Amino acid sequence: MSQLSPRKRYEQQERRRSLLIATVSLLAVCATLYYLVPKAPGWESVKRSFFNWPILEKTFPTLLKAFLWDIAIFAWSLPLIMVLALIIALCRNVRTPALFPLRVFGALYTDIFRGVPTILLVYLIGFGIPGLGLARPWNSPYLWGTVALVLTYSAYVAEVLRSGIESVHKSQRSASESLGLTEADTMRFVILPQAIRRQVPAMMNFVIALQKDVALLSFIGPVELLRQANVYKSLMANFTPYIGAAIIFLCVTIPATRYADYLLAQQRSVRT
Amino acid sequence: MRNVTHKLILEDLTCRFDDLTVCDGINLSVDSGEMICLIGASGSGKSTLLRCINLLEPIDSGHIWLDGEDIAIPGLDPKPYRKRIGIVFQSFNLFPHMSVMQNICLAPKRVLNASVADTKAKALELLEKFGLQDKANEYPDRLSGGQQQRVAIVRALAMQPEIMLLDEITSALDPELVGEVLEVVKALKEQDMTIVLATHEMSFAREVADRVCFLDGGKILETATPEEMFTNPREARTREFLHRIL
Repeated sequence: MSQLSPRKRYEQQERRRSLLIATVSLLAVCATLYYLVPKAPGWESVKRSFFNWPILEKTFPTLLKAFLWDIAIFAWSLPLIMVLALIIALCRNVRTPALFPLRVFGALYTDIFRGVPTILLVYLIGFGIPGLGLARPWNSPYLWGTVALVLTYSAYVAEVLRSGIESVHKSQRSASESLGLTEADTMRFVILPQAIRRQVPAMMNFVIALQKDVALLSFIGPVELLRQANVYKSLMANFTPYIGAAIIFLCVTIPATRYADYLLAQQRSVRT
Repeated sequence: MRNVTHKLILEDLTCRFDDLTVCDGINLSVDSGEMICLIGASGSGKSTLLRCINLLEPIDSGHIWLDGEDIAIPGLDPKPYRKRIGIVFQSFNLFPHMSVMQNICLAPKRVLNASVADTKAKALELLEKFGLQDKANEYPDRLSGGQQQRVAIVRALAMQPEIMLLDEITSALDPELVGEVLEVVKALKEQDMTIVLATHEMSFAREVADRVCFLDGGKILETATPEEMFTNPREARTREFLHRIL
């Protein structure tokens, strides 16, 4: 092995030292928890009702199946959100006086749907609209639940897109217009591609939040993961199915979050 | 229709930003194939004047006659005129998300409705002429400043403009890259392109300009041949400016 330079040798020593300290401290914390938690007076009953292995084993397959609904709702909501958000962002960006109402609409839209708690909107739309006595399939909670999610999330994503559009330097617009491109072409070919690229990491955060917020639809009917867990909880008088549901959500959201972080880090390193 | 004797005539052109009069009654006529250099301190109105000619800044009063047609009437659609007047900026302003080829071909495709094959062939021809043929598929951030600026010039040329406005196109470049860009400008001049160039490169202005205009406080204080301007300027302000920078 080649001789390490003094600096490399020092850095290696430091790295080993930090690793050792980190490992020791993590082990100490884990050991303390492992020792202390079972000492709590209610631990046995908590263990029985939250961390009950036989119940988890029995309910997990059905929970997984219910999670397919979450995936489906997520999958069809996402493209709708993106399209609607783009339309709203463009509305907020129009300059022609004749289209001023569009601007007002865009502003009102984002103000209202960002200002109302998602769960409230899910209730209002999910119970309210089917309450009009519409015939099937127009009274489906899947349909109106989706509408509620799309309305809320497109308002957030529209704001992300709008700030992306505004972050593109005005010299880009000058360059494009000096070549004779129309305003629409300038937006389509020059501004939007740069804006969207810049905002992908920020939008990923909303994608992750959406994965979880699909569970809000459980309150208006669809038997998705949370609802299914709820059914089991009542049936078995045990909270373990909730833990199962949490595990399933985490299996999806943790990788997604890491991926978003990775995108952000990558973007910082390239600079546009 | 009037004033058809010159390619471009600026008549009493005034441009204000709020209270600040940036261009203050500019009069200038440019012949076809002529090269005009605008010199003057930063803030004297050179860049704004060029942006006005390209209709990027609306003018407050006056006229811009292009082939005898007033193109600066408020409310007139600027797009048909912009495509006849190319502008290159100090900071290149290439589109960072597009390759060199895409940068060059976007406007011909969208504005002139040229066929893809045609545009590409012409773009390659131009790139080759300026020694950039192997950069066609690169993205701007992989190019040096000089290369980026040459691409920006090619992008403007691809629209086959009748006039080129060059706004301090070497000011953002490292000194050793200035030469390659000025070579391109010289080549344009040899092909009888009508050029209005704002510059701080006095020796270049002296070498290639047909006429030099000295701007100060938004006015053209003095217009002369390069020989006269640099050896025997009439105005005291001009002498002072030239003395300071030469």
